Amino acid sequence: MLLNSIQAWTSSVISNKDPNSLIRTSHLKVVLFLVCLYPFFFMLWGFFTHQLGANPIDTVTRLSGLWALRFLLITLCVTPLRWLTGLNQLVRFRRMLGLFAFFYATVHMLLYLGLDQFFDWSEIWRDIVKRPFITVGFINFVALLPLVVTSTNKMVKRLGSRRWKKLHRLTYFVAAAACVHFLMLVKADIREPVIYIFILSGLLGVRLLHAGRQKQLNRQ
Amino acid sequence: MFIKRRKSWDLPESEVTDYKVYKNRRQFLNTAISVGLASALPSVGLAKPVDELKVFETLKKSQYSTEEEKTTFEAITTYNNFYEFGTSKEAPSLYATEFPDESEPWRVEIDGECENPGVFEYDDLVRPFTMEERIYRMRCVEGWSMVIPWIGFPLGELLKQAKPNSKAKYVEFTTLYDPEQMPGQRREVLDWPYVEGLRIDEAMNPLTILSVGLYGKELLGQNGAPIRLVVPWKYGFKSIKSIVRIRFVEKMPYTAWVKANSSEYGFYSNVNPNVDHPRWSQRKERRIGEFLKRDTLMFNGYGDYVAELYSGMDLKRYF
Repeated sequence: MLLNSIQAWTSSVISNKDPNSLIRTSHLKVVLFLVCLYPFFFMLWGFFTHQLGANPIDTVTRLSGLWALRFLLITLCVTPLRWLTGLNQLVRFRRMLGLFAFFYATVHMLLYLGLDQFFDWSEIWRDIVKRPFITVGFINFVALLPLVVTSTNKMVKRLGSRRWKKLHRLTYFVAAAACVHFLMLVKADIREPVIYIFILSGLLGVRLLHAGRQKQLNRQ
Repeated sequence: MFIKRRKSWDLPESEVTDYKVYKNRRQFLNTAISVGLASALPSVGLAKPVDELKVFETLKKSQYSTEEEKTTFEAITTYNNFYEFGTSKEAPSLYATEFPDESEPWRVEIDGECENPGVFEYDDLVRPFTMEERIYRMRCVEGWSMVIPWIGFPLGELLKQAKPNSKAKYVEFTTLYDPEQMPGQRREVLDWPYVEGLRIDEAMNPLTILSVGLYGKELLGQNGAPIRLVVPWKYGFKSIKSIVRIRFVEKMPYTAWVKANSSEYGFYSNVNPNVDHPRWSQRKERRIGEFLKRDTLMFNGYGDYVAELYSGMDLKRYF
């Protein structure tokens, strides 16, 4: 009941097609865009006003990595939320969220390359080959690239939605590997990465359940 | 004029508050910090203000001190690894503000393979020694470093007083175990209490000190008050904090980080740019306060004084 009324309300208020609707998705997108940039400006502000503690470079490196992981998980929330609420419009925000995950991953990567290794490529290569946690991080970044390249409407069309969907399941792998990357750098206190692993398992579990139910429905 | 002379039976006002009530107050303040109310409370009274710390007036200078630029007092007292108070760098400075509890005297037990074992109150333990300033480099196993003006005295001088016997091959140190005062010990991040150890010749080396202060003042809780070890040629975690026990032993002590992960942390843990931590390189370090990384030096630059301790040893094997 409640869900239905929310759906009716949102679809009348938020609409791209109806010129009379109060809020357009495009407006919401601008708001969301700014919200997503907030952690970035927080880091910049903190860095240049010396509020990130005694080791600010380490702090921004960690924060950017953390936000990349968080945005991956937020992106993976969109579909379950859609099932839960029936708000199919939510899918319109998914691309932006995913691209923000890539944005923070890029910042994270650049901080590592620039401020940790000072673009010493031989040292970086040695690190990638020798240190499993750097290896995982690097693979992860590379795995994000095909997802970014195929994120445009044109590419979705070109690939066909079936193949596109299949390709974008790579997100599950990237999110899982990001959790592993986090877990691997911790010295003794694994609480934080474990929380993210729990959240991710929940998000993937819901998908399995949903797939199971769809199969059942199809059989009937 | 009325001058109040306190009789011996007359308890000072500070002693009147029941310990539990006092503890609860502290707990409330701590909760206030963690839920972010701290800004609404006056910060005075939370921590012992830095200018109330005991100052060391006369300090002997030391030939072992480095001329390098010192890391700021602020960085040294807010960027700490002291898992007894939490695993973040900020946790120790946030939660060790009342540490150590001054209502109880700090005691250090010296025992094991020696002729003069005993339990010493902090003041008695420290009194016989001339305090020196030792400006040392400190290299953390995580890849950052500081330059810290410690105050202390050579550990060897104390150990000699205890007269170790011929079975004393190693010295084992133990940190206080008190989850009430050390909230980080309420979770099993490490196998509490924290234990560290040195070979007896490492312990007797003149570079090895017991520190009771830094920057001319007594130690703050987050830096390992009231008494801690400083071994400048080893990774920081070897320099155990808030010591309550020093024991002479025959067998190599089973230290906290070796127990936690023996493939990553060894008993010796000498600073060595050529032996990487399995997960990261040890070739470089970020000096806190600097932008570019600098090269890590063998034995943290103290090779002239300590390299001979390890002659003939394969340092890749005994990391």
